[in-house]
Amino acid sequence: MTGPQIIFLAAAAVTLIAAIMVVTVPRLVHAGLWLILSLAGIAVLFIMLDNGFLAVVQVAIYIDAIAILIILAMMLTRAAMSDTEPQINRMWLASAFASLIIMAGLLWIVSQAPAASRGPLVDAEVGLDALGRALVDVDGFILPFEIASVLLVAALVGAILVAMTPARGD
Amino acid sequence: MVPLSWFLILGAALFAVGLFGVLARRNAIAILMGIELMLNAVNLNLLAFWRYLWSDSLTGVVFVIVVLAVAAAEVAVGLALIISIYRRRSTIVAEEINLLKW
Repeated sequence: MTGPQIIFLAAAAVTLIAAIMVVTVPRLVHAGLWLILSLAGIAVLFIMLDNGFLAVVQVAIYIDAIAILIILAMMLTRAAMSDTEPQINRMWLASAFASLIIMAGLLWIVSQAPAASRGPLVDAEVGLDALGRALVDVDGFILPFEIASVLLVAALVGAILVAMTPARGD
Repeated sequence: MVPLSWFLILGAALFAVGLFGVLARRNAIAILMGIELMLNAVNLNLLAFWRYLWSDSLTGVVFVIVVLAVAAAEVAVGLALIISIYRRRSTIVAEEINLLKW
């Protein structure tokens, strides 16, 4: 077993165990902290895929923004649900069954894929330069880039509007 | 060398765990966390495919960036909705938010 394989298995184990803790621990704030660990594991795997830029983006957006936002929302809504009442609904067995079926199906597809045992392509250096140019290039990805920007602005304005304090008598 | 299938298997497992969280948790914020796990599994798959099969083009990386932007938008709107529901009905338990249930 080579070095990269050991690193992969360690990162994968941390990611998966943390993810399982996210969906099973009864205390919500602990689940949020486990979520951060799981996202960090994903960032390590991004580095293993030779994309340091996306690993940094993962840390900056997921861990820094999204996870903190989720934990803040937990703190704002703490009174709504105590940690002692059941955190999973009565359909959890059926949910677990459905998840397992989906996972079995995905694994079957993976086993059928002709490229599954392939190794990585050589010299896959993604230049940040080229990425930045491609994002604003008319022949590149300017349309998805602009649509993503408009979506972000609309979503954030909408979020402010939805979360605004309701007017008196509402 | 780490074969491509390892990344795909991890992605499948992570997706299933996130799906279980979405289906089984009662707290709406915990459901959002399950969605984040599923999106991360998808991102991992996209980037693995890019690295192993199409690393000469930038399409895979741009795909991941767009998914990240959509995830950020989704979590902002989702948490705003949850806080708004909490203010009006003082609950965030998914099965008690049943005003639209027929």
